[in-house]
Amino acid sequence: MREIVVISGKGGTGKTTISAAFAYLAENKVICDLDVDAPDLHILLEPAIRERHDFISGHKAVIQQDVCVQCGQCANLCAFAAVQVKEGRHVVDELRCEGCGVCVALCPQKAIVFPDSHCGQWYVSDSRFGLMVHAQLFPGEENSGRLVSLLKTEARQRARAVGLGTILCDGSPGVGCPVISSLSGAGLAVGVVEPTPSGRHDFMRIADLCRHFRVPLAVIINKEDLNPAEAEAIAGLCAEQGHTLLGRLPFDPVVTTAMVCRKALTEFDNVVGNSLKDMWSALQALYPGK
Amino acid sequence: MRIAVASGKGGAGKTSVTASLASIWDTPLIVADADVEAPNLHLFLHPQIEEERYCGLDVPRLEITRCTQCGLCRDICTYKAIAAFAGRISIFPDMCHGCGGCFAVCSAGALERTQRELGILQRGTVLEGRVRFLMGRTRIGEAMTPPLLRQEHLFLQEMQAVLPADILLDAPPGVSCPAMTAARDVDVILLVADPTPFGFHDFRLAHQAFLPMHKDVRVVINRAGAADNAAGDAAVRAYCREHGLPLLAELPFERVAAEQYALGGLLVHLSEQWQQRFEALRDALRQPNVGATVAQRPQEAHHA
Amino acid sequence: MPDFIRKIAVSSEGPSLDDAVDPRFGRAGGFVVVDMTDMSVDYIDNGASQTMAMGAGIETAERMARAGVQAVLSGYVGPKAFAALEAAGVRVCQNVDGGSVRDAVERFCRGELPFADAPNR
Repeated sequence: MREIVVISGKGGTGKTTISAAFAYLAENKVICDLDVDAPDLHILLEPAIRERHDFISGHKAVIQQDVCVQCGQCANLCAFAAVQVKEGRHVVDELRCEGCGVCVALCPQKAIVFPDSHCGQWYVSDSRFGLMVHAQLFPGEENSGRLVSLLKTEARQRARAVGLGTILCDGSPGVGCPVISSLSGAGLAVGVVEPTPSGRHDFMRIADLCRHFRVPLAVIINKEDLNPAEAEAIAGLCAEQGHTLLGRLPFDPVVTTAMVCRKALTEFDNVVGNSLKDMWSALQALYPGK
Repeated sequence: MRIAVASGKGGAGKTSVTASLASIWDTPLIVADADVEAPNLHLFLHPQIEEERYCGLDVPRLEITRCTQCGLCRDICTYKAIAAFAGRISIFPDMCHGCGGCFAVCSAGALERTQRELGILQRGTVLEGRVRFLMGRTRIGEAMTPPLLRQEHLFLQEMQAVLPADILLDAPPGVSCPAMTAARDVDVILLVADPTPFGFHDFRLAHQAFLPMHKDVRVVINRAGAADNAAGDAAVRAYCREHGLPLLAELPFERVAAEQYALGGLLVHLSEQWQQRFEALRDALRQPNVGATVAQRPQEAHHA
Repeated sequence: MPDFIRKIAVSSEGPSLDDAVDPRFGRAGGFVVVDMTDMSVDYIDNGASQTMAMGAGIETAERMARAGVQAVLSGYVGPKAFAALEAAGVRVCQNVDGGSVRDAVERFCRGELPFADAPNR
């Protein structure tokens, strides 16, 4: 099974736009949106939700006021200052609680319960471009790495069950834990990079990650004409480090126009979309299905 | 006043807005980069760094001669930082979240406190010394950002104690834990809204995430007036009206602005007009926000 | 083959010798455990670690130690998992990828799989 993940060092580089363009072209695939904090792919793919599941991860401490004797042991122990005194009562600030369970284990009265934490929803849907697995984490929740792993596992199982040969993922932004989860098990990463002051730096961070996880990296330089010198420098780095340069895209208002019309760039005739078609063909040669 | 510049996702223009606002601020100011996973602000403001502080997290180290192999530390650790192999305790300090549970349960005194490096805080000045500067940066490979953000907040308080000043914070992008941690200690959250369909969606998520904090949230639209997207601009305006969010400014979509960003320049330097836009935004930020308090009251009652 | 290796565990996508090797260690679906003295086969499910955000490698290493395994055959063993296996005294053969669990065991018996002294990149 092929697993392709589109990533970018930071948000806003065009990762989702390019994922949607490829999703339209790919055949026999499951589409997976791994940007679980702020997913956007569904805006273009209009999934009809077929299954809806709760995402449960970790725990949050809750002090039972009828058992608590207000001794303050929990407040002394909490390294995250999540136990606060309000109107003479010790209460847990849910936003600060990290779910470590220390107060739960060490409360002399056993007054603290530790229910599962419902952190988000995940879905299996029929989208305009086929089967789609996606999610939405609730605001302020942190366990997105685990949700990303869960989505990938589900996507693999569903693909196997119905005999689909490709999993195409819109990866998480950044270089943190969720991206690491996005990359794990992937056969090819497509890095979308902008020629901006942080572009080269972001590119090197994702290139390091890909090397670490032994995932080959193919690069698309987006909005290359905004800073041609920097775009050249990034292209040079690709050559130096042995990453395939899939292609370059111009800064073009058609990208916004397509998004406004809820269309993938490859769905209609335009310069950017046509370049993306060529890149998708190049990608087939680079990473053919079995 | 303390202002966090935030957005639902990277790429909305948070750093551009922060850098330009800082450059025209006309009273004492500290500008700080709280996007510690991928700090960017220094690339636009070129700080003179005067002080560096390494920040650490208290993690356990095993003093094996005192360990009775009781396993209590392993059992309390949610993060798998302490494992037992054939009854022998092993510690993996990289996994530790610093909850301190292991220290609390070890009665043999076999765990000593040592520090894992979280990252670095750098203090200095920008804009010819007119504005003080602080940035945090996590160590590569470090997965935890909230403790570094807490230490950055303490450092900011220290700087303010030396010389009172307004604070302008370039917040981490997104709606997860780091963004919430950074926004907790400010008076105003300035949300940068990109009016494209993706941007509007991310903007709404961000607003909903900040709602339970009962903060004074205000909005600036970035890249307004793009071709074919009048409906997107209108949608952001309507959302602001509906939720009582003051819309302080609209920065236009212009190719030169995108180029200026790509070249590491400040929007405020593009033209007289751009400078006036940011001055108007600065002045609007200083106005008390009457509307928002009213709009948020029902929400407060709901949560109480 | 050193004579103290009695039990080996192969990260696997299923419970039998004919299932495919799972290239992941910490997030492997499970492990086929082979007793080299009589070639009897056992299976350890690893589903609980598969969905962990962090610490999957360490938890899986603990599971290997509890099962009394002396060597692990897998594709990619990350740095933390490697350190954990080292602490547990379990040897590691990595880059075992593609093919069935049976193939991997046969290669191990023929001495084709060297023990690693560092995690693979």
